[in-house]
Amino acid sequence: MTLEVNGQMTEKERKENLTLPSEPSQEKGLSHQIAVKADGDESGVDVWAKDKVFEVKDVTVSYANKAAVKDVTMDIYKNEVTAMIGPSGCGKSTLLRCLNRMNDLVPSARVDGEIFYHGQDLYGPTVDPVQVRKMIGMVFQKPNPFPKSIYDNIAFGPRVLGMDNIDERVEKALKGAALWDEVKDRLKDNAYGMSGGQQQRLCIARTMAVEPEVILMDEPCSALDPISTGKIEDLMAELKEQFSIVIVTHNMQQAARVSDKTAFLIVELDATENNRWGQLVEYDETEKVFTNPADQRTEDYVTGKVG
Amino acid sequence: MEARDTIGAFGQRGPARPVPSLEAPSPRYGEKLIKLSLALCALLSVVTTTAIVISLLVPTIEFFGEVGITDFLFGTNWAPTFEPASFGVLPIVVGTFSTALWGMMFAIPIGLASAVWLSEYASPRQRKLIKPVLEVLAGIPTVAIGIFALIFLSPQIEKVFPFMVNVPPFSAGIAGLAIGLMIVPIIASISDDAMRAVPGGLREAAYGLGSTKMKVATRVVFPAAISGIVASLVLAGSRAVGETMIVLLVAGASPNLTLDPGSSVLTMTAFIGQTATGDISTGSITYDTIFAVGTLLFIITLILNMFAIRMVRKYREVYE
Repeated sequence: MTLEVNGQMTEKERKENLTLPSEPSQEKGLSHQIAVKADGDESGVDVWAKDKVFEVKDVTVSYANKAAVKDVTMDIYKNEVTAMIGPSGCGKSTLLRCLNRMNDLVPSARVDGEIFYHGQDLYGPTVDPVQVRKMIGMVFQKPNPFPKSIYDNIAFGPRVLGMDNIDERVEKALKGAALWDEVKDRLKDNAYGMSGGQQQRLCIARTMAVEPEVILMDEPCSALDPISTGKIEDLMAELKEQFSIVIVTHNMQQAARVSDKTAFLIVELDATENNRWGQLVEYDETEKVFTNPADQRTEDYVTGKVG
Repeated sequence: MEARDTIGAFGQRGPARPVPSLEAPSPRYGEKLIKLSLALCALLSVVTTTAIVISLLVPTIEFFGEVGITDFLFGTNWAPTFEPASFGVLPIVVGTFSTALWGMMFAIPIGLASAVWLSEYASPRQRKLIKPVLEVLAGIPTVAIGIFALIFLSPQIEKVFPFMVNVPPFSAGIAGLAIGLMIVPIIASISDDAMRAVPGGLREAAYGLGSTKMKVATRVVFPAAISGIVASLVLAGSRAVGETMIVLLVAGASPNLTLDPGSSVLTMTAFIGQTATGDISTGSITYDTIFAVGTLLFIITLILNMFAIRMVRKYREVYE
């Protein structure tokens, strides 16, 4: 994978933001861009001119030379919620973690194929994963607040990235995650004193505080009760105006409720049944996937005949 | 309402069945025996500690019958076996702190850096290789480290930094360095365990926010593991203060009241080790002095440990 392939590259700025070395002037440029975007100023220049955020092309991810998910090709669009559904072991989380190079942290993981982020090869030789993750944030399955105060949790990212106006950013992120009213009087309390649902919204707020463009969510509600889940689903509907969201979920109803597009993956077995890997079966508008799927396997899954 | 019949198997009405006894079939003496012997084992260390304290205290009280407590604690001349004797303990207390301090100053940065490398940067293969080596290093007899320091380190260091060795080959600084070598593996190994016990989810969260490896290690993993790290430092500090063989060999055994690393010093442990030979008569003032110094050492380490535990409680980050 080389940088020459990305013919679609139209924004030099984006490329510079992704590529090492990052200079302070670029950081400043970035926060300015985001500020325009996050304020919801429609008259402002939309710096994300392209509609596609990711273009995933023939991606195969392997752990220790064993494929976990094979030959996935799909485009992910801006300001939409894209859901990935499928049975356990279909590689949906694996695929998600490729989108912000989280798989780099697993020593045996290998990604073949190409993933373009705004036209730029995400796995290009000059791309720095740390820069990637600044722009593509992640919320995990189990709420994982830092063992610090609520305030320090939100402030962590902005501090690490050397941003200023920490107080304002904390307040904005907590308000954005609909958590401000619940916690404004106990910002100095330890985050572990919150309920599971609040912790997960804190994690979402923490991600929002670094003002990424994309938020990846890896089964964010699987450890939560239905009421907390509902709050997070409501939140997603609001968040997609500012961010593009990719969510992996076990819960088909959730995918149907929150997403604009849905990808359905299955577990494929080889003839000996010794090897199993995930494969993309269908990717389309959510409504179509759930009401009029093109593939019989999708229909069986979404109607509850299997799985 | 009809009277209820006795209930047979699976709740069906049927012939009555004898009510089984709910009493234990045997008195289970084995169980009681095991419980007792486990309690006795736990008691043993309590009894030993108490016995040590008492055996320290009796001669110590005798000692203070002959020497004033302020003369002992604040006197600056330590010559207990000379004529006339002088029992100012400050020089050997300072000697102890001098060697332990130099040792910790060497061992803390190196031990913690090794721990961060082992837990956050090293590949699994590198870890597998290095960690056992570290643990073997922690098991080297201190007399071997002492000899190594005396015949190798001291002459070599004197060539480069003459101010480190005033009276060749003895030096508080070199003794401290040797103590440092001894405790680096303790700090590195225990701190590494503590940092690796930090849940992976916290690391992922930090990486997901665009943190570099360095920020993840210093801002998330290190603070989350602080109680284990401080525990390793307390253990290392206790070993440094209590170390006998290295200081006996390398520090020079002259009770100088100084923190100069080049000077030779006598530590509390070295005094005890040097004086407690077979030919000292029970009940003599020298005999009592050993115990007085021992008591003081015991109290100092106790205070240090209690202080450290309090610090850990205060700064611990609980993740659950």
